[in-house]
Amino acid sequence: MKRRSLLLAVLVLAVGWELLALVVNRPILPSLALVLKEFVLEFPGELGGHFLASAWRVVASMLISIALAAPAGLALGQYSALNRIFSPVIYLLYPIPKVVLVPVVILFLGINDLSKIVIIFLILFFQILVLVRDQAATIRPELLYSVRSLGAGRRALFRYVYWPASLPAVLTALRQSIGTAVAVLYVVELVATQRGLGYYIYLQGSTLFDYPKMYAGVLAMSLMGLGMYFTADILHRKLCPWQFTQQP
Amino acid sequence: MIDLQGVTFGYGRGKRIFEGFNWKAERGEAWAILGSSGCGKSTLLYLLAGLLHPEEGALRVGGEILERPRPRTGLILQDYGLLPWATVRENIALGLRVRQFYGPDGRHAPRDEVIPQVDERVNEWLSQLGLAEAAESFPGQISGGQRQRAAIARTLALDPDLLLMDEPFASLDAPTREALQRFVMNLNVERGLTTVVVTHSIEEAALLGRRVLVLGNPPNREARIVQSAPAALGSSEAQALIEQLRQMLEPSI
Repeated sequence: MKRRSLLLAVLVLAVGWELLALVVNRPILPSLALVLKEFVLEFPGELGGHFLASAWRVVASMLISIALAAPAGLALGQYSALNRIFSPVIYLLYPIPKVVLVPVVILFLGINDLSKIVIIFLILFFQILVLVRDQAATIRPELLYSVRSLGAGRRALFRYVYWPASLPAVLTALRQSIGTAVAVLYVVELVATQRGLGYYIYLQGSTLFDYPKMYAGVLAMSLMGLGMYFTADILHRKLCPWQFTQQP
Repeated sequence: MIDLQGVTFGYGRGKRIFEGFNWKAERGEAWAILGSSGCGKSTLLYLLAGLLHPEEGALRVGGEILERPRPRTGLILQDYGLLPWATVRENIALGLRVRQFYGPDGRHAPRDEVIPQVDERVNEWLSQLGLAEAAESFPGQISGGQRQRAAIARTLALDPDLLLMDEPFASLDAPTREALQRFVMNLNVERGLTTVVVTHSIEEAALLGRRVLVLGNPPNREARIVQSAPAALGSSEAQALIEQLRQMLEPSI
């Protein structure tokens, strides 16, 4: 996508917001200019702290998910016997909306960062697991034979075949699940915490009725999701250039 | 170079593909393994490469019982086995990188080898096989002939003494195929490389093999071997050889 068309889209959305704010003309939809001013004022202070608390939760969940789901997906994709055992379990667990487990996880793990990280982890884990598994299953035995004939043992196979083969799946899974992860982050931060953007947005909107600040929180959360999406996208292009080349 | 004694092999509990199979090939010979599909010719190649292991019997390559892929054996498969995520240059360097990764441990790399300047050796093979311009392309961006040349360069960069090829030219157009066949024949003649080419094409077997091992319907119990003098394709000797091979194959079809 061209940078210019992205900027244009931002402009269109901003103008749309301003027009809508003019039409609605009520405190619950302040003008974008006011929200931006509040954002700039608040971000170095209170809002920034909440932003960092939220970002830490999402990033930690992502890293744990990749660390556990990528090797598990590789193993399932390569050993069909293993996959036959686990595939029905995954099939049943995958579609369960993990967010309904929030009370259960809090009961077990307590009201701390860990329970929030675990909830987001549960969502990301299955997304990455399934995509990496399906990707790993497409690694052809002939390719493994060829590389093994060059002297590669298990470690070299992991380094030169399994890892690069599953990297695109990991990044695709991350990009696809960032939206869900941030949405769930909001929900888990409504419960039993006083740090995080979810808490901030809810507090400003429903308790203090400071709508410009509430929207500044919404903006911060959107920017966090957007930033992560862009990062995943850029990493994908940088680390997997063969997927972005022209076929002859 | 290759010595099979009483080798028995089958996949799982299915029918045996080889039963008490004996076969010998000397250093520097050019062999073709010929047979129709399902006869076990690729299986034999994987056994020779150390990727499959006989259930019974002894399989020696270079005088030693084969327990894992042997560092001095090169293997080239029909679908080229190139890493789709690596450029031609990186693919050709792969075997050398694997050797650097392990060091000269005698298992993954020859014990006596000094790992060479990878970049220099890769550049050498890039130009020798006419791949210099495609060096930074990914396998998905180049032609089938270029892919197969990259696979050959990757194997030869490891300085093998035995080259195993599984239907290496099956999916190439005729001029490309003939050029690469000549290249492989020269490797045998000029460098004294032992070559074993698996093929289902009688003409290719007659062209690339000074000796042809003909496999029939499994289980294969004895090696049927046809010898041929070097002869140009189209000559009457070559025609006679092709006719003989055809007759050997027919009963099994």
